[in-house]
Amino acid sequence: MAKRSAPEVNAGSMADIAFLLLIFFLVTTTIETDSGLSRKLPPLDENQEQDVIIKEKNIFQLQVNKNNDLLLKTGGEEKVIEIKDLRKAAVDFLDNGGGTGSDACKNCQGKRNPKSSDNFDKAIVSLQNDRATKYDVYIAVQNEILAAYNQIRNREFVKAYPNLNMNFVEADQKYSDPRTSSSEKESLKEKLEAIKILVPQKFSEAEPKKSN
Amino acid sequence: MSKFKKKKGGDLPAISTASLPDIVFMLLFFFMVATVMRQNTLMIENKLPAADQVEKLDKKDLVMYIYAGKPSQRYESQYGTESRIQLNDKFADVSEIAAFIAAERASKREELVPFLTTALKVDSKANMGLVSDIKQELRKVNALKINYTTRKGDALSGLKN
Repeated sequence: MAKRSAPEVNAGSMADIAFLLLIFFLVTTTIETDSGLSRKLPPLDENQEQDVIIKEKNIFQLQVNKNNDLLLKTGGEEKVIEIKDLRKAAVDFLDNGGGTGSDACKNCQGKRNPKSSDNFDKAIVSLQNDRATKYDVYIAVQNEILAAYNQIRNREFVKAYPNLNMNFVEADQKYSDPRTSSSEKESLKEKLEAIKILVPQKFSEAEPKKSN
Repeated sequence: MSKFKKKKGGDLPAISTASLPDIVFMLLFFFMVATVMRQNTLMIENKLPAADQVEKLDKKDLVMYIYAGKPSQRYESQYGTESRIQLNDKFADVSEIAAFIAAERASKREELVPFLTTALKVDSKANMGLVSDIKQELRKVNALKINYTTRKGDALSGLKN
């Protein structure tokens, strides 16, 4: 007797069903863009009104006006700068090391200009924007300042821990990665904190100006 | 009288599509794993600015989202073209942020509250006045950890316009 093979089941519509599901997921879900610049706001404290005396040369004062132009005031000089030149200017300022005596900065590699900042700890970056400033310009400025700090922190991190084979940003990423083991995290945290104390991020934001 | 039936000439055999569902399922599983459900329906334009010094925002349950931007086209007639804030699927006023933060905090476990971060998803065309107002409100309710959510990219490239 001839063997009869089982009839093939038509699976043609299976693809359609799978496509239906696929399209549903494509429409209802997003690949989240969850990354950004983290900042901490200063607490709102009314009775904190004492004036802190800061040497003028230690302030890197940035102003963004309503036409998105950037004005830089530092060491008694004012000039309009382009955002693309900001990172270098900020690094030069932070890394200057113009302090003498107890303010001397042994890690700075800058020009030691007496009119610019004393050391990492004294240097302050201040930013004031106008209410009509565009958000993307503001983010670009923030990004460049952060980049300047990261550049110096990277350098110091590599110098302090040369056998780790990573810089500050990579170490920070590794620290926040959940796959890193807790013992490694502990040792990384110590090193990150040391660099953060050596190169603190002193960044202040003034209340925005009303444009007229 | 031949014993062997000659093959029918002419028409081609059908191509088997049996592996097509497998391929589509593979795509489906990729999307299911790599994506998350959309939380809010955006009623505003939300083209984020670019930056390259970004930090990843892990732990999605610890993030509160505040959106801001120009109302998208279908809401333009109703809400105008000025940038607005969106909280939880609807347009909100600056003064409603405090209540929103309080509600978000109440929905989280108490020990997690100090770790909450507010992610500001602001359209790159918005102006800083609105952002400053939001920041001021957040300071009032002591929600000090913020994150300016951005795309990854060159911060300077988008500025020339």
